[in-house]
Amino acid sequence: MKYDAIIIGAGMSGMAAAIRLAMFDKKVLLLEKHVITGGLNSYYKRAKRDFDVGLHALTNYMEKGERRKPLATLLKQLRIPYDSLELSPQRHSKIIFPEKTLTFTNDLNELVEDIAIHFPNQIDGLTKLIAHINEFNETALDNEHVLAKDVVRRYISNEELLEMIFCPLLIYGSAWENDMDFSQFVIMFKSIYMEGFSRPKGGVRTIINLLLNKLETLGCEVRFRSEVIKIETKNEKIKGVHLKNGDFIEADLVISSMGLPETLSVVETEKELPTARTGKMTFTESILILDKFPKDFGVDTTIAFFNDRPKYLYRQPSDFYDPASAVICLPNNFVHNDFEDGWVRITNMANFNKWNEFTKDEYRAHKELVFQNACKLTKKILPSWNEEVVYKDIFSPTTIKKYTSHFGGTVYGSTDKSRDGSTAIKGLVICGTDQGFLGIVGSMLSGISMANLYGLMD
Amino acid sequence: MDNVQVRKHVLDIIADVALDDDVTTIDDAVALRDQLDLDSMDFLDIVMELKKRHKIIVPQEDYPQLASMQSCVDYLGPKFTALA
Repeated sequence: MKYDAIIIGAGMSGMAAAIRLAMFDKKVLLLEKHVITGGLNSYYKRAKRDFDVGLHALTNYMEKGERRKPLATLLKQLRIPYDSLELSPQRHSKIIFPEKTLTFTNDLNELVEDIAIHFPNQIDGLTKLIAHINEFNETALDNEHVLAKDVVRRYISNEELLEMIFCPLLIYGSAWENDMDFSQFVIMFKSIYMEGFSRPKGGVRTIINLLLNKLETLGCEVRFRSEVIKIETKNEKIKGVHLKNGDFIEADLVISSMGLPETLSVVETEKELPTARTGKMTFTESILILDKFPKDFGVDTTIAFFNDRPKYLYRQPSDFYDPASAVICLPNNFVHNDFEDGWVRITNMANFNKWNEFTKDEYRAHKELVFQNACKLTKKILPSWNEEVVYKDIFSPTTIKKYTSHFGGTVYGSTDKSRDGSTAIKGLVICGTDQGFLGIVGSMLSGISMANLYGLMD
Repeated sequence: MDNVQVRKHVLDIIADVALDDDVTTIDDAVALRDQLDLDSMDFLDIVMELKKRHKIIVPQEDYPQLASMQSCVDYLGPKFTALA
């Protein structure tokens, strides 16, 4: 049996691509290696509690009825009503550096006002930077690659402020160390500082369930436990995919969300293909369940971007993790709290190779070290915390590798992106993080755009 | 098929594409884009829905004909009639 399209990976981008194609009567097969959907953004149950993986917050917040917004585009393209997400906006987030702390909300003016207080001589430059960002078409697929810091330095002369502005944008999406492409910077700036953070009621599973319901309603075929081990081509044109169980499935279009290097590694061709680099950015995450809510300790910050150095080092740490920099998410502190416990999620940059080489005992011991540091950071953010931890869970770069199959446990994929999704093979298309849109909204928009471009427009 | 029926078919599609917008108050003479949250991707969906539901093909050079409800009815009316 031949399909119009095979989608590899039932994460956010793959599910979105499958929905688009199935919506217009394409014969689509969605393949997933694991037994559940979500990919990088997933969930699990432990100690009778629902844990989210990946998503701290949904970016690109909008109020109902706002027009020309990425989230609105996404919802319309997937035909998901806005109200079904039950979005709860953030209260405020902080960027905490040794000397200064900046606070931002979903209203850019509040950040601008705070910068005016802490960096009064930078305001003219900031205003011009924002004007430049507003005019920039960040989603054009043919933008030239320019490093964002080079562009931003033309407007912001204070390095500390520049580092503070970049900090949340880098750690919430950059595959590159210490800098990013200017188009990606604009996407991130708009999605985080201009539109902002929110949380769907019920967390990431609400989004996943909405996507799954759509797939089911549309009659899209989804196969779990179906790992693609080989992509067959002929004369640089796609033939189909081979599954681990021995099945061969034919299709004229294969949209892969496996990642660019991961996809290329299973392509079989007569000619040698260009390779893609494995990204270096991966993380540990410590999840602490508290017996009280953060607000009981007097803190209503939603997310804290913490950095204990004058410069923000966004890079693969040489040690197994970087204790001096973290994102601390307090998911109880969105406007509506839908948890029964207090939650703290702490993300640190980490080094995949170090974790990969640990023996079982070393692995356990180092996870404990990450947890101890997470407790210290929790105390820093919640100074009156009673130090009670009801339950904890820690995951590492090797956990990420295990569940996503991303080389090097990367979270933001390769440093080589395929902006238009194309590969050297006709009919083989990349979607998801390695197509270059970021975050959950970006990944779904990526799946939608690639399905539209390669599967629906003739 | 009369214009009322054509309008109803078009409205059903627009209601599904712009699912969070109120389509009951559309002014037929005014560009849809100015009344609803519709971008070029959404117009493409309208074109694809016309093909899927009614087997009507709108070539790319005719997309401007779908600008307002009135222009949709004027342009699509003969196409619906041809199918009937």
